[in-house]
Amino acid sequence: MIVGASAAGLSTAEALRRQGYQDPITILGAEADPPYDRPPLSKQYLRGDWDADRTRLRPDSMLDALGANFILGDPAISLDVDRRLVRSAAGRELAADAIVIATGLRPRALPDQAGLAGVHVLRTLADAAALRADLSNAPKVVVVGNGVLGVELAATARQLGCAVTLTGRQAAPMESQFGPMVAGLVAQLHTTEGVELHSGTAVTGLTPADGRVTGVQLAGGDHLPAEVVIVAIGSEPVTDWLAGSGLRLDDGVVCDSRCRAADGIYAAGDVARWYHDGQRALLRLENRTNATEQAACVAANIVGESHSYVPVPYFWSDQFVTKIQVHGIQTADAEVTVVEGNPADHRFIAHYRRDDRVIAVLGWNMPKQIRLHKQQYLT
Amino acid sequence: MKIIVDQDKCVASGQCVSSAPDVFDQREDDGIVVLLNDNPPAGLADDVRQAAALCPALVITIVE
Ligand SMILES: Cc1cc2nc3c(=O)[nH]c(=O)nc-3n(C[C@H](O)[C@H](O)[C@H](O)COP(=O)(O)OP(=O)(O)OC[C@H]3O[C@@H](n4cnc5c(N)ncnc54)[C@H](O)[C@@H]3O)c2cc1C
Ligand code: SF4
Repeated sequence: MIVGASAAGLSTAEALRRQGYQDPITILGAEADPPYDRPPLSKQYLRGDWDADRTRLRPDSMLDALGANFILGDPAISLDVDRRLVRSAAGRELAADAIVIATGLRPRALPDQAGLAGVHVLRTLADAAALRADLSNAPKVVVVGNGVLGVELAATARQLGCAVTLTGRQAAPMESQFGPMVAGLVAQLHTTEGVELHSGTAVTGLTPADGRVTGVQLAGGDHLPAEVVIVAIGSEPVTDWLAGSGLRLDDGVVCDSRCRAADGIYAAGDVARWYHDGQRALLRLENRTNATEQAACVAANIVGESHSYVPVPYFWSDQFVTKIQVHGIQTADAEVTVVEGNPADHRFIAHYRRDDRVIAVLGWNMPKQIRLHKQQYLT
Repeated sequence: MKIIVDQDKCVASGQCVSSAPDVFDQREDDGIVVLLNDNPPAGLADDVRQAAALCPALVITIVE
């Protein structure tokens, strides 16, 4: 029984079948759409290069071949841990030997954005469709939040011909992740492409007129006019349906090193916070490869193996024609050295070091080479 | 086993090359997947299945 029919949920089902699991599998998903992939939503789909069908994780033929029972458009509302029983909004009661929690994240909202036209968050295909429609006549856009999603959305909106301002608390885009050196290059990339940056400022509110947003109010008193505002200020694990279940919920579903939250209950993907044996710490990752890899580990443990999950995290981000790829766990205060290529040529590899050890490698338009650095320094 | 790759979907992550280096490579300039052998021997089948499973952009389809 898998709750959440997206990257982690579907990957769990596929991995179970690959590993020879022949018992029935039920996948319960809140969204009515067949499982789709999220990274293209802020890129190819939003740009209009792909239609919705191209974002699907698997074609019908492959979903059918899984032999799983998909129940879509019906969210889980509670879990009885002892009886391993999930109740759904439509009144279903689904019991199983093993339950996998893969309910992902929900975007945070600004306090005053509810019901205001022209304000968007982006997590689902429906969100992306609404945003794509609102960007179609190249409005003036303000993106609130200069983390990875905000930065990507600023780039895509700019590529669509919009006038774009990117604002956020970080002193430079993605600085808390990348540190000042690389964040400075991200800032430069966006400025060169015509994105206006207002970094290091908090947003205090949205300004409305006749039910539609007219701009963003900044802490310093500045007002940024906008026809469309995109809010990308982070997300929270979807665990409200687990309240009262007895599971430990603390920035996600807390799991042991086997991704197990309780006997017969597992979590995978963005929602899972598990104990990483190598890092000796609880970790929760919000990236696409983690959804698949953690799902494979959970599936193995369900069929009777006992694997601890110890990945080298990986994520990528596409902004304009630049591809940034990171392996490892980088911290903003790590020592950063360019070891190959040259930032001036827009192609380089940087190492992040702490205590004289390489903890992460970052590639900027060097996808083939970064894999070799990962192999050499991080495995 | 026959393999099909959809290069337009590829995000140049290189997981496929790590899983099955005799079957997949990446283009030098942009890292997009290159299929070295679209009909690999049975001995590589497990590696290829692993590559198809781990690819984060679902680029690789296997026709058994
Ligand atoms: C716009 C965007 C761009 C991204 N770009 C990148 C990128 O470039 N690189 C990268 O590495 N990562 C990227 N990511 C992150 C990546 O998409 C996620 O890490 C991945 O989707 C996580 O998969 P998941 O299955 O854990 O969670 P999700 O994909 O969030 O899926 C959770 C599913 O559970 C369902 N659900 C929620 N509550 C319930 C309930 N109560 N009952 C039943 N079902 C429920 C949801 O509807 C959803 O379908 C991006 C994410 C977004 C939103
Ligand atoms: S694993 Fe998939 S996305 Fe990554 S390089 Fe190979 S084909 Fe492309």
